[in-house]
Order: sequence, then structure tokens, then C-alpha cells
Amino acid sequence: MDSLSAIAANVQPLHFVLGVMVAWLILGGLGLVAQHSLDFVGHGLFPASAVASLVLAGAGLAALGAPSQAMILALGLPDLPFHVRLDALSAFFLVLLGGASAGISIYSAGYFRQGEGTPPGVHCVLYQVFLAAMAAVIIADDAYMFMVAWETMALSSYFLVTSNHKIPAIRSAGFLYLLLAHIGAIGILLCFGIMQGGHGDYTFATMRAAPLTEFWASAAFLLALFGFGAKAGVLPMHAWLPEAHPAAPTPVSALMSGVMLKTAIYGLLRVTFDLLQIQLPWWGVLALVLGLMTALFGVMFAAVQTDMKRLLAYSSIENIGIILAGFGLTLIFHTYNAGPLAALALAATLYHCINHAFFKSLLFLVTGTVLHSTNTRSLGKLGGLIRHMPWVAWLGLIGTIAIAGLPPLNGFVSEWLLLQAFLATPGLPSSYLSMLVPVGAAAFVLAAALAGYVMVKFYGVIFLGQPREEKLARAHDATWLERIGLVWLAAGCVVLGVVPVFVLGQLDHVNAMLTGHLLGQQVGGAGWLFVSAMAPERASYSPLLFLLGVLAALGATFALVRKLYHGRMRRGPAWDCGFPLQTARMQDTAEGFGQPIKQIFEPVFRIDRHMPSPFDELPRYEGKAEDKLWYALYLPVARAVEWISASISILQSGRIHIYLLYSFVTLLVLLIFVR
Amino acid sequence: MTPTFAGQLINLLAALLLLIAFAMLSQRRVLSLIYLFAWQGFVLVLSTTLVAYSTGQHHLYYSAALTLILKVFALPWILHRLIIRLNIKWDVETLINIPTTMLLGIVLVIFAFNLALPISQLASTVTKNTLGIAMACVLLAFLMMITRRKAVPQVIGFLAIENGLFFAATSATYGMPMVVEFGVALDVLVGTFIFGIFFFQIRETFDSLDIHHLEKLKED
Repeated sequence: MDSLSAIAANVQPLHFVLGVMVAWLILGGLGLVAQHSLDFVGHGLFPASAVASLVLAGAGLAALGAPSQAMILALGLPDLPFHVRLDALSAFFLVLLGGASAGISIYSAGYFRQGEGTPPGVHCVLYQVFLAAMAAVIIADDAYMFMVAWETMALSSYFLVTSNHKIPAIRSAGFLYLLLAHIGAIGILLCFGIMQGGHGDYTFATMRAAPLTEFWASAAFLLALFGFGAKAGVLPMHAWLPEAHPAAPTPVSALMSGVMLKTAIYGLLRVTFDLLQIQLPWWGVLALVLGLMTALFGVMFAAVQTDMKRLLAYSSIENIGIILAGFGLTLIFHTYNAGPLAALALAATLYHCINHAFFKSLLFLVTGTVLHSTNTRSLGKLGGLIRHMPWVAWLGLIGTIAIAGLPPLNGFVSEWLLLQAFLATPGLPSSYLSMLVPVGAAAFVLAAALAGYVMVKFYGVIFLGQPREEKLARAHDATWLERIGLVWLAAGCVVLGVVPVFVLGQLDHVNAMLTGHLLGQQVGGAGWLFVSAMAPERASYSPLLFLLGVLAALGATFALVRKLYHGRMRRGPAWDCGFPLQTARMQDTAEGFGQPIKQIFEPVFRIDRHMPSPFDELPRYEGKAEDKLWYALYLPVARAVEWISASISILQSGRIHIYLLYSFVTLLVLLIFVR
Repeated sequence: MTPTFAGQLINLLAALLLLIAFAMLSQRRVLSLIYLFAWQGFVLVLSTTLVAYSTGQHHLYYSAALTLILKVFALPWILHRLIIRLNIKWDVETLINIPTTMLLGIVLVIFAFNLALPISQLASTVTKNTLGIAMACVLLAFLMMITRRKAVPQVIGFLAIENGLFFAATSATYGMPMVVEFGVALDVLVGTFIFGIFFFQIRETFDSLDIHHLEKLKED
């Protein structure tokens, strides 16, 4: 008994994390045993995986306050073992991974149907490997394990994206994703190569100690920004996001958008604040500008989408932009030794990361249920679903309010904190920055406001109004397992929004590790009920009171209306505005919602309009807003690559003599050189 | 035997080697090519023995024995059996006509000598002048591989390259370590077997040993 309790006393959060990863891999292996048994995979393995996720989140939470622990695993190559380390930064991202994936896994249990692409068992393997790889990325403590985990993550998610691989569009979307993932991975690999500083030792411990000149540190940072940016979908490496997310099965989209993008943010934070010894101000300015551009770009394109999953994918780009801007702001404050401000900006950035993980996963899952019961992703064919799918609609409303950045939910808290950090910038010594940052703050607010606009469109067109198609009347609500997943994520949005002081208290451990400063009293100075950014007298906010106020007002209005108007309501023909006939198709459409944005920001889009002529038998209007960058950057690069490879393929004549001649000439040339 | 006399003899053998290399380059018949290859091997054995005798490097005797077994008897026998099994009676077709090939060969020899000159001036071995010839042999064998259209002469060219390298090793540094030599000898043997299997496969697929047909394998 004594030895058992001794073992129990020695069990550290890191052991739990490793145990969860092993459990995931075992669950994946079990999926292979009964590949086609939907019952076993759906009702057995995926719920078990969700439980493992919860354990992971718990272990992460426990490790947040604890000192960091490291271990050397008996895995990897001989003489090149895997190092793992669990510190505050890893712990935070493990909480994010565990918390979001718990909901997504339990939703997946009810989501997969027979006869859709890959058999459920194979899907289960890939899904669990994907989860384990993300956890491995987060706890890796040497570049070797990091890259192995990173590539495993990319490959497993590629196969998940292309699980419906019989459709050509999905195959090409998967290819684009894989291509950009690998180009990014090259950047990361080179970044690690620089940071090891010629020792040949790729553990993170050596990299932390390796002194780099400003030039090489900057090169490492730029490569990291490029490599992790490609994974996160930062401009201009965003092209895969709007293609891959709609192509993937919904739980996979949720996992990729909610969690996988954050691993890139994790990598960026790890490299910049932990592994590099010096940071330069201009890195922060670059990240800030890039982040704001990404945010505006994403939200503008989200506003003109007519496919609900594409809309959410562009919205992910926007949120990643906001997170990157927060990261840039943190860097700026950190390099100007404004410690408390850096801690504030970092806390806001991390807060937004976990918020986005919850509300974006929730919204993707909502679209998944809508897609299953209506078989369409096009916003133009939906509408009025709140009457047929009340569960999905009400839970979706929570996610919508959260992502739109409205109080009292979580999206508001992080955006408010970030804005507070922006507003504190005039205290910096650089006059250029004092000019730049207000513009940045304005851009940030514009992006946040447009995000609200986008979400009104998203929710309004899908759930409100009248059904635009006959068949929508037959739409069914989510299954009970799906509901559990949705409720979990929605509850996450509410809890994260209502108890910000507690969340910020946990984030302080990460602040202490990366910036060396604590928020401490700064945010909780006015008691646990109120959160304040700088000082209570400047600005503070109490979500709980706000929530109670909103609920009270809502309840009072509802009661009053019921009491005063009860029985006086009558239904009659509406004022028809001179239209003799009004149908559901006359409602404002998704295109109509996007029209003002299309007009105002016309230079941003490449708009392709097809107008019907007055004499058309079947008049048809079509307007496509395409990505200019795709034409200005991706296609020229692709054409150049194609041209180069075509020029090189002349070498491949198929004749052995010619090949031999190549070797011969090479040999001669080398001999001449040697001489 | 005085060192100068031994040196002169080795130079003579080296010249023979080069001559045989040119003969192989100009030879049109597969069977004669194999005999020439065997003769080249034999000259190599002689020169290796001579170097071993005149310098007292005993391990070179083993190399010579190995060469004798492998390159004078085993490989020519395997190739011989192969062309009988494959029923290759026809003459070797070349891509470039023979005189042009010979002219190219002369250019290569001059190039090789030019190249070897500074190296052999540094060397202190009795056989230092032969390095250029060894290099020329390698290049000539390579040229043969390029200009032949059929698969069998190409393999012989490949083996002749190995001969040239072996000669370079003995002449410049008194041979490689025994382990390396064993390894190389085994590789050559295995390589020949694999080529033999390939020949059958190529013929089965294309009804011919003309590697011209392999162009169809190219991806468009």
C-alpha cells in the first residue's frame, strides 16, 4: 500500500499528459480493429477519447501553476531521444487542446454516418493520431521531436481533410493544404537550424543558451513567422484555409480551426519569447501590421461568402490576425521594457486563443449539424432553421454572440483587454509607434465591428427568417451526443466570459514565464467581480453583473409582453408594400448582406459579375468575389514553378545514354575544378 | 629486378591497358568485347603482381588473385553464358560512328594526362606516371557506356570503369585496404548478377535488348 501511495505521490501532470497521448493512440488502434462498426467507433471510442481530452485539460490546469518538469523519453533514434517538457506555456495550450477537443470528440461520436468517405474506424485512427500529434507538438522539448510531431500533425490532418477523396475539389484542397504546410515546415526547420547555433544539438535547452547575433536572431524570427504563419493562415499564406475547412468533415474543420491553428501560435510564442534570447522592436511592428492586415482581410472576405463553412474559415483568418496583432503588441511592449503592458497584451492574446478555440469549434459543429440535416452549405438555400433545430440554433446563438465580441460572453473580454493594451501605447518612447498604434487600434476596432456584422449575417441567414427551400421543413435537430458536445463548448464560452478574473489569474503563470511580469492586482484590483485592464479607476467590467442585468431585462420584457399583449396578438396579411405576392425567397440573402462590404471595399476584391440581360429566358445573376492575392501571388508562383520544372524536364529524355552523358560531363567538370 | 626496370614494365602494362581500352571502344562484336574485357583484367593482374613484387606489398598479391578469379574468369564466363542464353549474335550498334568515338577518346586521354600531371608530380610511388592512364581508362570506359546502344556492352563498360579505378588505386597508393577491395569485388559480382536479371526482364518486356525502348518509360 505504501509503495502504491508513493507512486501516486510521484505522479506528475506530465505523466498524465503522456498517458493521455498513449490512450489516444490505443483508441486509434482499436478503431482499426472494427473499421466498419459505427456503433463501436462512435459510441465507444470517441466518447472515451473525449474523456481523455478532459484528463488532458485537467493535467494542463494542474501544471499551469506548478514548476516546469522535463523528461527524456525512451523513444526516437538511438542517441537522439525525445525530450519533453511541461511548463506554463505548454500547460496553457494543453488546456486549450483538451478543453476544445473534449467537446469536438463527443460531438464526433454522434456525427459520423455510414457510407461517407473513409470508414469510421480509419477516421478514428487519423483523428486520434491528430490529437496525439498536437499534444506532442506542445510538449516537445527538442527540435527533432517537434518536427516529427509537427509533420505527423500535418499528415494526419491532410488525410482527415481528404477523407471524402472521391470528390476532385476536395483532393485539390487537400493538396493545397499539404503544400503550404510543407513550405511552412521548411521555414520552421531552417529556423531551428539557425537557433541551434552550430552546436549540432537540437534540444530546446541548448537553443535557449545559444547566443545569437541580432542578424541571426532576426533571421530565425522571420523564418518562424513564415513557417508558423503558413500553418496559422497569416497573410499571404492563408490560401489553404478557405479551401481545406469546407472540404474537411465538420469535426475535423472544428479541430483544425479551433486547435491546430493555435499550435502555430504556440510555436511562435515558444520560439520568440522562450528560445530566442533577444527580441527586437521591429519584429513586433511587423507582426502587428501583418496581424491587422490579416484580420481585416479575413473579415472582409468572410462578409461576402455564401458558403457557411468558407465564411467561418475566413473568420478564422480574421481571429488569427487579431491574435497575431496581440502577439506583435506584446513584443513591442516587451522590447520597450513596459512589463505590465506586455503582460496585459500577452494575456489578451492567449485569452483570445482559447476563446477562439471554443466559439469557432462550436460554430463549425453547428454548421455540421445544419449540413447533415439539410445537405447544403450554401447560405442561399437555408433560413428559418430556428423552428426546426432549436437546440442547434440556441447554442449557435451563444457562439455567435461570443465571436461577435458582445458582452457578456468570452469574445468581448479578450478583445476588450487587447483594446485596452492598444490604448495604453502612447506611453512608449518611440514616436513612430505612437503614430502607428492608434491607426492599428482603429483597424482592430474595424475588424471587430465587421466581425459582428459577419456574424449577424451568418446567424440571421441560417436560422432566422423564413425557410428558403421546401425541404428545410424536414430538418432534424442534433442527436443527443452532438448536443452534449455543443453544450460543452457553449458552456465553455459562457464560463470563459463570466469569470475573467479567474482566467487571467491562470494566464498570469504564462505571463510570468514569458514576460517576467504579472498582471496580479492590476486586473483583479476591484475584487473578483470586476476585471480591470490597467487600474480599476480607468476602466473595469463585470461580466457577471452584465449577464444578470441582461437576463433580468430580458425576463422582465418577456413577462411584460406576455402579460400585456397576451391574447391581443392576431395574425393577418402583412402590409405587402405593393407586392401582390411575397415569398421566402424575397428575404435578404447572404449576397445582399455582403453587398455593402463589396461596395465599400471594392479594391480588395476581384469581383466577377454575371448580369442577366433583359431578354434572358432564365435570368441568372452571379457575383463572385475572389481573392486578388490568389491571382497576384499564388498563380504567378505556381506558373513559375511549372515553367521551371518544364524546363528541367527537358533533361529527362528517357535515354540512358543521355543520362550517362550527364554523369560524364559532371565528372569532367568536377575534375577540371579539382585541378 | 631493379626499381627502374619494374617501373618501365609497369608503364608498359599500363600502355597495354590503355590500348585494350581503345580496342574495346572500337570493337563492334559483343563476344570480342568480353574477350577484351578478360584480357584487360589479365593485364591488371600482371601489373598488380608486379607492383606487389617490386614494392614488397604482400596484400597486393591477394588483390591480384582476387582480380584473376573474378575479372579474368568469373565475370567473362557469366557474361558469356548470358549472351548465349540471350542469343545475342548481332554486332554492337553504336550511336556515334567508330572513328569519331576514337577521336573523342584521344581528346579524353589528353585531358586525363593533363589532369593527372600535377598529382603524379606530388606522388612518390614507383608507379606515379600511370595515374593518367588509369584515369583515361575510366573515362574511355565511360565513353563506351554512352555510345553503345545495347545493354550488354554498357555493363561491360561499367565493369571496365571498375578496372580503371582498381588500376588507379594500385598505381597511385599501392592498392586499397583489403576490406575495401573485397567489398568492391563483391559489389561488382552482385551488380553483374542484377544486370543479368535485368537483361531478361528488359527482353521479356520489349522483345529486345535495345535500351532505346526504355524511353517509353518516361513520364510525359
